[in-house]
Amino acid sequence: MSPSDFFYRNREIAGFSNPSRAIYAAVRELLENSLDACEAQKALPEIYLRITEVSASEPGANVYIMRISDNGTGLPPEEIPNCFGKVFYGSKYTLKQARGTFGLGGTITILYGQITTHKPVTITSSTGGEIHEYEMMIDIQNNRPLILRHRVMENKKKWRGTVVELQMEGDYSRIKSRLLDYLKETAIVNPYADLTFVDPAGRLYRYERGTEKMPPLPKAVKPHPHGIDVENFRRLVSVTKEKSMKAFMMEHFQGIGQKTADNFLKAAGISRRAKPKSLKPEDIVTLVRTARQFSDFKRPDPSCLSPIGEELLETGIRKELNLTEEDFLKVVTRKPSTYLGFPFIVEAAVATGSSISKQYKSGTTIIRYANRIPLLFDESSGVIWKVINKNINWSTYKVYSDTPLVVVVHVCSTKIPYKTVGKEYMADQPEVEREITNAIRTAARSLRIFISRSQRAAKERRRLDIFEKFLPKIAEFSTKLSDKEDYPDIEPLLRAVSTAIPDVEEKIKEVTTIVGDAA
Amino acid sequence: MSETPHKDADKRREITEASLKQLGNLIYEQIQNREFPWIMMQSRSTDNIIYDPELRQYILGSRTTRRHARNIRHIRPFTQMVWTAWFARELVSMRKTSTLREVYYSARGQQDIEFSGQPESDNIIIDLEVALNRPREDFGIFPEERSAIFGDLTIEYTVPGYEGRRMNLTDHPDGVMVGPAVTSSEFVETSADKVLVIEKGAMFNRLIEEKAHERFNAILVHTAGQSPRSTRKIIRRLNQQWGLPIYIFTDGDPWGIHIAMVIISGSANAAHLRDLATPEAKWIGVWGTDIIDYKLPTENLTEHDSKRLRELKTDPRYTGEIWQREIDIFMKIGKKAELEAFSRYGLTYIVDEYLPAKLESV
Repeated sequence: MSPSDFFYRNREIAGFSNPSRAIYAAVRELLENSLDACEAQKALPEIYLRITEVSASEPGANVYIMRISDNGTGLPPEEIPNCFGKVFYGSKYTLKQARGTFGLGGTITILYGQITTHKPVTITSSTGGEIHEYEMMIDIQNNRPLILRHRVMENKKKWRGTVVELQMEGDYSRIKSRLLDYLKETAIVNPYADLTFVDPAGRLYRYERGTEKMPPLPKAVKPHPHGIDVENFRRLVSVTKEKSMKAFMMEHFQGIGQKTADNFLKAAGISRRAKPKSLKPEDIVTLVRTARQFSDFKRPDPSCLSPIGEELLETGIRKELNLTEEDFLKVVTRKPSTYLGFPFIVEAAVATGSSISKQYKSGTTIIRYANRIPLLFDESSGVIWKVINKNINWSTYKVYSDTPLVVVVHVCSTKIPYKTVGKEYMADQPEVEREITNAIRTAARSLRIFISRSQRAAKERRRLDIFEKFLPKIAEFSTKLSDKEDYPDIEPLLRAVSTAIPDVEEKIKEVTTIVGDAA
Repeated sequence: MSETPHKDADKRREITEASLKQLGNLIYEQIQNREFPWIMMQSRSTDNIIYDPELRQYILGSRTTRRHARNIRHIRPFTQMVWTAWFARELVSMRKTSTLREVYYSARGQQDIEFSGQPESDNIIIDLEVALNRPREDFGIFPEERSAIFGDLTIEYTVPGYEGRRMNLTDHPDGVMVGPAVTSSEFVETSADKVLVIEKGAMFNRLIEEKAHERFNAILVHTAGQSPRSTRKIIRRLNQQWGLPIYIFTDGDPWGIHIAMVIISGSANAAHLRDLATPEAKWIGVWGTDIIDYKLPTENLTEHDSKRLRELKTDPRYTGEIWQREIDIFMKIGKKAELEAFSRYGLTYIVDEYLPAKLESV
């Protein structure tokens, strides 16, 4: 079975489980591909997405044209057919944080479009020179592209980027609100991106850029020995040029020097002069198991991670949640940490205020991200939900069930601890859970201060309101009662309550009584 | 009492109006002086309500409290009190009367002053009584009346339009309702030599029918349960003005006992007021002893009744011998009897036998 064939038969795994989810999965794959392409060349992303309804094929499933264009790197013309027309295993021997859920780019989407409509995909791309346009299909059984048409065009305007247009079956109406959530949440974590979406009804949705700053690109790093598995170890062995195991360990893994390599190989019972190519399968298993328990490696290198950063995340949240100066927002980016040999960073944000209560139902709204991808489904199964609803005692932070609250959590890692193949929620790895908890708690401590301040201010306001309500009445009726002409001036008293002049307190200590006659 | 009663009433009205105006002046000037207005008054909290054995009634102690517009919890009742004072002054100067219920409704439509219920407005009125040391009747504010009076008593009205007019209280065979007009009238003359106070309307009517006022030479007063202040005041006046002895006749249960006691010694609620109690008045039945002596039909005391009896037993107003004795008897027999219980011996038995015997014994 070819990889294409495998995905053809198991498309649910990639999220194409029903017509509405298929639309969502397709947008997600294509959009994230585009974002990666833009960031790779440090271009501020400008992405245009359009979904057009073609015809209804069967009840609940229509045919749509999906078109996405970006201003990313573009693809070298000779690579276009393979990039989009072949499901292949990359030969990655280094690690860095990446968006792509499955590392398949848009191929799975193209595959899905093809099997539901039997229409070709059109890919137009340029790296700055000529523009190449391919119309093609995928030969599923043989896992290779079938080029139907290839056109080369002049590129006078020096356009750079990629346009993908394909047809697919789906059900837009049932995924509409989730898709809009997804785009909004994507705009939050990519505040430097400019997104435009035109829906099948022709409605335009704009997610405008809020900043021109982009976070630094993650660096590629060698794998950490704690996190290696047998298969990856075997692949490293098969490609290595090193002649001894000691050199092999030092070359292919991070943080291993002479001494650590010697100690480790000794612990594994493998000679440091042994040839990597002559390792037996059981030797590899031994090495991997020993590596997992060996405690003298350095901590995993977090430079392969790309957190959004407090400043950018704040920009994104402010613009997409329309926060004003009155609203509260606190963003926290934690220091790098590790679980099972994988580095990870947790970022969290907490927002409250009247702007929040206008757009969300009362109570807590959770926005989750893994490696900058919004997670929209199965919220209550994941570790973030658990932390927010079980680990954190919100009343400590003066948050109650009716407090309008948005909690944003982003976990970035070279390996997100997804719980299932659906990749919609994270497992409760203790280290990850602890970091999420700490991040939210840190943000919530500022929240508590904000809430008590606003409660005090509101209380002061209510106090003043009460005086403003009753003092005029007292003035009015005491005037009538005493047959006076003009109302006494209550302004000094109102000023006193708003500033609490101490000498007013002094004055009231003097005592007088009303003496009724002794009739 | 002077020869021209309505002149006295006029004077009293003037003084009331002046003290209301004085309250307005005080508050007005406090505001002018850039001070949050406030007034001192005697505290009405339970620990400041003391039983005075000499006066034989509850009085307010020496502790005072300040109702202060600077205090966020006081400003609303303070405002309501100023409004109520203004309302009272309007009543007094226009020589009108009103009821507690009407005061509550009159505040409706006064934005922000509105009372949340009649208990709140009643309470503010009591505050005003305490602050100015005057009963609400002086402000022209009366309770809903249900009590009545009957007998050979000539009164002279002081209410507008009736000044100087006289009336004999036997003129109306249902008895005369004790309203503002009767309350503010002057008592001119009577041939009666005693007052019979009855808790229940049915028994009051029976006594009128059986001409008890003539047979016992008595003025009859119907309290309709716990007697309103105006009725207590009338009872006191009859006692004070002509020295008429007062005999109180209630159901034979703790609630009836207490109706009698409030007439005699006043209530804790009205501890700020004088001239309401009649310490000389006597409770003549129905006693626990009567239940035994007359073999009256009875009902068993409920748990609620017994609890009330135990409370009365330790109440400072009930230290007198007869009270302690009768409370003990009620508790011992565990029974109670209503006034109507005498009907088992025929409708006139109470007038023919019981009352004469009772009145003779005291």
